[in-house]
Amino acid sequence: MTSSLFQYLPRLLAQSRGPALIPIEASNIAPRTDLLFAAMLLICGGVTLAIAILIIFFSVRYRAGSAARRDRSPSTGYRLEIIWTLAPLGLFLLIFMWAAGIFFQLHRRPAAAPLEINVMAKQWMWKFQHPGGQREIDELHLPVGRVVRLTMTSQDVIHSFFVPAFRVKQDVLPDRFTTMTFAPTRPGMYYLFCAEYCGTDHSRMRGVVYVQQPREYELWLAARGAELDVALAGAAAFRRLGCSACHFADSGLQAPSLVGLWGRAVKLHDGAVVQADAQYLRDSILLPNKHRVAGYDPIMPSFQGVVTDDELFALVEYIKSLAAPAPAQGLQP
Amino acid sequence: MSPPRPELNYLNNGRSLWSWLTTTDHKRIALLYLFSITFFFALGGLFAAGIRLELFTPEADLFTSDTYNRLFTMHGIIMVWFFLIPSIPTVFGNFLIPMMIGARDLAFPRLNLASWYVFMLGGLFTVIVMFIGGVDTGWTFYTPYSSTYSNSYVILAAAGVFVVGFSSIFTGLNFIVSVHTLRAPGMHWFRLPLFVWSNYATSIIMVLATPVLAIVLVLIALERAFGMPIFNPYKGGDPLLFQHLFWFYSHPAVYIMILPGMGVVSELVACFAHRRIYGYVFVAWASLGIALLGFFVWGHHMFVSGQSMYAGFVFSFLSFMVAVPSAIKVFNWTATLHRGSITFHAPMLYALGFIGLFTVGGMTGLMLAAIAIDVHVHDTYFIIAHFHYIMVGGMVMAYMGALHFWWPKMSGRLYPEWPAILAALIIFIGFNLTFFPQFILGYNGMPRRYHVYPEEFQLLNVMSTAGASILGVGYVLPLFYLIWSFFKGKPAGPNPWDARGLEWEFADSPPIPNNFPATPLVTFAAYAYDRPDIRLLTGEQGQRFAIDAGPCAGETL
Amino acid sequence: MEHVELASRTTAPHHQFDDLLQQRRAYEMGMWIFLVTELLLFGGLFLGYAVYRNLHTAAFQAGSRELNLLAGAINTAVLLVSSLTMALALHALQLARRRAAARLLALTALLGALFLAIKAWEYTSHVLHHKFPGALFQSSGPHPGPLELFYSFYFAMTGLHAAHMLVGLVVCAIMIGLLRRGRFTPESHAPLEMTGLYWHFVDIVWIFLFPLLYLMGYPQ
Repeated sequence: MTSSLFQYLPRLLAQSRGPALIPIEASNIAPRTDLLFAAMLLICGGVTLAIAILIIFFSVRYRAGSAARRDRSPSTGYRLEIIWTLAPLGLFLLIFMWAAGIFFQLHRRPAAAPLEINVMAKQWMWKFQHPGGQREIDELHLPVGRVVRLTMTSQDVIHSFFVPAFRVKQDVLPDRFTTMTFAPTRPGMYYLFCAEYCGTDHSRMRGVVYVQQPREYELWLAARGAELDVALAGAAAFRRLGCSACHFADSGLQAPSLVGLWGRAVKLHDGAVVQADAQYLRDSILLPNKHRVAGYDPIMPSFQGVVTDDELFALVEYIKSLAAPAPAQGLQP
Repeated sequence: MSPPRPELNYLNNGRSLWSWLTTTDHKRIALLYLFSITFFFALGGLFAAGIRLELFTPEADLFTSDTYNRLFTMHGIIMVWFFLIPSIPTVFGNFLIPMMIGARDLAFPRLNLASWYVFMLGGLFTVIVMFIGGVDTGWTFYTPYSSTYSNSYVILAAAGVFVVGFSSIFTGLNFIVSVHTLRAPGMHWFRLPLFVWSNYATSIIMVLATPVLAIVLVLIALERAFGMPIFNPYKGGDPLLFQHLFWFYSHPAVYIMILPGMGVVSELVACFAHRRIYGYVFVAWASLGIALLGFFVWGHHMFVSGQSMYAGFVFSFLSFMVAVPSAIKVFNWTATLHRGSITFHAPMLYALGFIGLFTVGGMTGLMLAAIAIDVHVHDTYFIIAHFHYIMVGGMVMAYMGALHFWWPKMSGRLYPEWPAILAALIIFIGFNLTFFPQFILGYNGMPRRYHVYPEEFQLLNVMSTAGASILGVGYVLPLFYLIWSFFKGKPAGPNPWDARGLEWEFADSPPIPNNFPATPLVTFAAYAYDRPDIRLLTGEQGQRFAIDAGPCAGETL
Repeated sequence: MEHVELASRTTAPHHQFDDLLQQRRAYEMGMWIFLVTELLLFGGLFLGYAVYRNLHTAAFQAGSRELNLLAGAINTAVLLVSSLTMALALHALQLARRRAAARLLALTALLGALFLAIKAWEYTSHVLHHKFPGALFQSSGPHPGPLELFYSFYFAMTGLHAAHMLVGLVVCAIMIGLLRRGRFTPESHAPLEMTGLYWHFVDIVWIFLFPLLYLMGYPQ
């Protein structure tokens, strides 16, 4: 409701190549953010207006030489001070909780399996990879109505993935995965901006997000062809890098099994328990002793500098695909 | 009392350039700083002009990308460290704090002079950087861009900021020790003008936060110069560590850039409403509260940085808390107008402008504390509008108000009122036209540090550039009439505003080198506007004379 | 026991102070505030070290063990003794034994110089073993990256400390000169007290640096 108010009234501006007052709401997060913003506008604007009116009123009424009463007001008493300290405090608490709830939705683990998109940022372009291996540069096709999780990393400096229409933003860091979860809700074409200064062509590090009906998205995927099965590529990397030497049941060496690992809780040697997510897998490959599993010696070498970011994505996909073991079929993973 | 202009005053006490460059008189040092920061304000303003001219069109018409990136970086560095942070403390703090506490000078006059030279040294580094090619990291120096990838003069720029940080530390140290040890007899803490409270709180921040900036700049320089891994993730480092260390200083720094302005506004509102500040004690404690709480909210610059979600919640909550003391001040200033006797000279216009614009800036700050809104508008023009409302609409307006208010005290002459009012109005209009459209631009998604942007953003950018040219005119005007008035203005006399305060009631315009003819003895609170029965008594001993309030001495509210 | 020539002129406070007591209070407060800023300066480095040590415990422990424990221990003893001689120097001046004070101050400076010499020797040895972080760093261990990070902090922290020691040495030398020229009396020697405070502070920083850098690798 509020969104239509904001969008239809100022469309006049849009005709003169100016923006609407706010961008289109195209994700599940957007209406929540806009409602909070509208509420804050109302409250903050209201208080600001009230103060302005008071100031103007006092300025006129109590201007030097006017006939208003000016006898000394009774001693302050702390009542007024306490009221205008506690009232804002209470209000702020409510707003804080409201906003925190929206942020929680952006970053909590999604209930159902989301569409996993891998994002690689580098100076000055965006590279995307769909689960079927389809790649895009500076363009991202997404199906409407489906929860998307972006897993992102940078190849050089810090960038930031920002789609104003979705009201989402997340910095993208080198040598680390950051993630963000949202659902596009409206088909269309939306700006993608890099929102963290990254050097010369920061202003030009832009893209377009195409949100399509699910059928059209499937058609697009098929047209691009499964360029490569990422999990298969991961399996190949797994063999080539020698991971299979240790991480298989009959290898004779002490290494934790990877079958069914994805998403499971892992007990570490110092007693902590972590979840086996993308960042955990990445860390274990690059900094093997960061999360040493309980009961194993620290003998895994680091693959820093040996494995590329692409291969890391693929290895993660491969390990995800290692479901709990089927009955023995002679085919070891 | 005294003649309109004393024979020997701090201005003519030694006329050579050498006497100025080797002075230890806090009032002269204040003028040295005034000269320097006016220069840097103009320089920063030139960079701003470059930015706004480029942003007139959606394409890169005027400057290459690399040049533009250097423009906004230099604008930020100069405005933050070489104008805003020093501005009110080094000019008005230096000039007024000794007088407001009833002292002859600050505790460490030579340290004071040293701080100006250190400031100039840092400025020299920065000007050199400007001439040899500039730095393009943004004033925030984020790694790994600054430590590894940038092709600009990062180390020299960082050195300039490192050096000028010590100027800040020396000034803060000087103020703290002075307020603790040099207050005149009877000048209890809760009789101090709120300007002193604000600068005291500011000094605490300067002293505690600036060293952390210094060390993080050293670390960047080491990583860049020697390739020593510190924030390099491929060697196990963490770029986020930089952000935490940087913002641990830089968030308190923004309170350095507003608290002194709030102190000025308290003085202006009290004088031009001719009434004591409502809720004095609350305003005093609020200054300390802002300084303290300001150290705990730095993570709100990092909500989307990759820090943990729970850290985000904590910082969001605390950021809401730190808004409360500022709100208290705004309410108290407004209440001061009630039953006042208000006149609208230029300083009062600036003060009222501050209250309005700071409130807008502060309200948008609340929006940014709301973590979900910040996710959308972080690193967009919404943020730029927010902090310019506070720093320019707030602090710079307060600075202009202070300049006009204490001009008669510093120069002994009155500035012409009508050009001053005109300039204030031009500044107010120009400011809002420049920065209000940027809120809309930001919410629509225009990122900051962009000079090439989608066409639909052009209309608002054109409005903003138009506003900036008006704003520029507003800032240039005072340069002319103030300098003119310094030589040709009407003599002001000691207290042209009928203000209260030791600097008005006890010192000449311009003040004599030792500020007062004798050490004052204070027997009542600040802002005694509601006591028309104040008289000056000559003391029995002959060495001191008292300002006696009669039977109601000592009330602190 | 020698007599000291007391300054014939009465020391007057500087013009901004009303009396000597106020001046002394101000100088003391100023010095303590300055030391707080130094604490925060080093604090940033300590924080970074703590964060990385937590992230890369094994590598940092290995790095600790690679440092020369004997050199570090000797340096610790040297600094502790120098703090003692500094305190004794001040004490001697308070007893009007100016020559003894000057000698003790010189001993303090000498010990400080010894500290720096040992440090320089350690640094040289690190560089020769390719342990200076940057392009020339080499390590055959299991965690070359985080190990290099350790050395970055080692050099940054001890380097900043050494820079402070150097300043302390220079100030000591100046104080010795002033002392011999009779500028200080048993009643009025604030600059010397400030110097003492500074020296003790730099010593205390080392007391923290030594275990954090040298001892954290033990027991294995």
